[in-house]
Amino acid sequence: MRIVVAGAGTIGSLFAAHLATVADVAVLTRRDDHARRLNEHGLRVSGRADFTAQVRAATDPDELGEADLVVVACKGGDLEPLAASIGRRFAGATVMTTQNGLGAEEVMAAHGAWPLLSSVTFMSGTRHDDAHVEYVLDTATWIGPYRGTTHADAEAVAALIRSAGLKAEAFDDLRPAQWSKLIFNATVNTVAALTGLPHDFHFAEGMLGELVHGLVDEGKAVAAAAGVELREDPWEMNVHATQRGHAHYPSMLEDVKAHRPTEIELITGSLVREAERTGVSVPLHTAMYSLVKAKEASYS
Amino acid sequence: MKVAIIGCGAVGSLFAAHLAQLDDVEVWAYDLSREHVDAINEHGLRLSGAGEVVGRLRATADAAELPGCDFGIVATKAMHTSAAIAATAHAFAGGCVATVQNGLGNEEAIAEHVGNVIRGTTFPAGKILAPGHVQWDVKGDTTLGPYEPKPAPLDEVERLADACTRGGMPTTAVPDARGPQWRKVIFNASTNPIGALTGLTHGRVCERPDLRALVSDLVDEGKAVAAAQGIELDADPEALIDHAAKPEVAYDHKASMLQDVEARRTTEIDYLNGGIVRFGREHAVPTPLNQAIWALVKGMESSWTR
Repeated sequence: MRIVVAGAGTIGSLFAAHLATVADVAVLTRRDDHARRLNEHGLRVSGRADFTAQVRAATDPDELGEADLVVVACKGGDLEPLAASIGRRFAGATVMTTQNGLGAEEVMAAHGAWPLLSSVTFMSGTRHDDAHVEYVLDTATWIGPYRGTTHADAEAVAALIRSAGLKAEAFDDLRPAQWSKLIFNATVNTVAALTGLPHDFHFAEGMLGELVHGLVDEGKAVAAAAGVELREDPWEMNVHATQRGHAHYPSMLEDVKAHRPTEIELITGSLVREAERTGVSVPLHTAMYSLVKAKEASYS
Repeated sequence: MKVAIIGCGAVGSLFAAHLAQLDDVEVWAYDLSREHVDAINEHGLRLSGAGEVVGRLRATADAAELPGCDFGIVATKAMHTSAAIAATAHAFAGGCVATVQNGLGNEEAIAEHVGNVIRGTTFPAGKILAPGHVQWDVKGDTTLGPYEPKPAPLDEVERLADACTRGGMPTTAVPDARGPQWRKVIFNASTNPIGALTGLTHGRVCERPDLRALVSDLVDEGKAVAAAQGIELDADPEALIDHAAKPEVAYDHKASMLQDVEARRTTEIDYLNGGIVRFGREHAVPTPLNQAIWALVKGMESSWTR
């Protein structure tokens, strides 16, 4: 089994290192020094697991050889250039997207004829450096067919991921899960990015809890209008996450703190565009969308 | 006549130094910053920028030192109103107390301690450069009027307005001062927190069409709450917002709330958007966006102490 993991941030690193224990894994990085570091030192995992995996890495997809599975794990904002760079390569591979929000599958579909799987991942970690990732939350990755794939294909990849020590589950239709996470992310990530608060008890009570509830309700209205039955209630997901005793720093908060571009377009942007398409009014998400984009603009 | 400025920050200092120019007015300033108080007593209170003024007055950090006064002008940050007026109310047993503060709720807080209250709104602004020295950034008008539940007599309001005007702070006395107050509150509530949440200056907020639309949505909620109370705004806050966005006016101005956020100081959000939400509830006017902005800024404040 030959796997290419495209993108070696936190999620990409967690997939690459674990999958390397059961398959031949090559990692596509953006920076040469990152690739060199992985080739020389391997990829260390700490936290819930503790091992160092041997992986091959390069910045040029042509150096990675062929693949049976490509896991696209870059940030949403890097997706378009990445899709262009691997387009027409890896002809025999199935491609699986893992990005937050909606629309990553369409971007990949536009750049190649691969069979496509969708996924959403709830696992989380902290990237300590280019060659060291800490595995923090061992929550599952959910996988479903998208184009030219079946539930059996999704299950095969889920089984592979499980054999590598991560949690994964296959679904007939990923949209109910994907939309649950979309609404959850559009709500929690933007509130965290604007307030500077990690996902803690403030999100489930008082004034901020009311805002979170209002954002979730708007998201549910859009899902209903789009004909998607949610798998989980995003408000329940929110309350549950705040009770874990460990306050998670959503990636959008980390991005804002580091003055990096955020995933606002794929997350809230997708939701606001779906709301427009279905004729649902989402004043709170529209406000959050404008505020986070403006915050990105304030870096320069 | 005797006038005590309660809270001698930037705005309080503008009133104190100007009133001190008048021979017929004895000015006192009450402020908790001992350095500022000592500097004022030693060297006078100096304004520079929009004009050069030095006022000679008595400053104190000890409320018990204040003599009985004809007028008080409260100019603290809104969250300090209650403590400041509780400490100084004894000086106004026979006088009237005006607020020139930002936001909603200051009159109510003052009325809990004194009998004759004056609602006020002021547009001049500045910042403290050093103890005893204030940068006067923006000139502007002040409007005073009786606070209805515990009103000061209109002729007393006129006497204070006249003194301010003669001292160099143009001030008008009107029977109903809610219009200018709500115009300024709506302006501040619709723009300051947007700057504070995004880090953008006023001009940059206004040149992003989607963000400017959010500002207008916030303005509309504020206008609806004002209208439900029968308040007629003296001018459209939108005009003030667009005027301030001009390069020669306040394009590069960082809202005071953004300055507070950068310094991790508690903001006046409770008295701006919080005030609009509170009055909205009392008059059954929904204010979901002001409530969202209020919650976000409160969330930001709690992230500092987490």
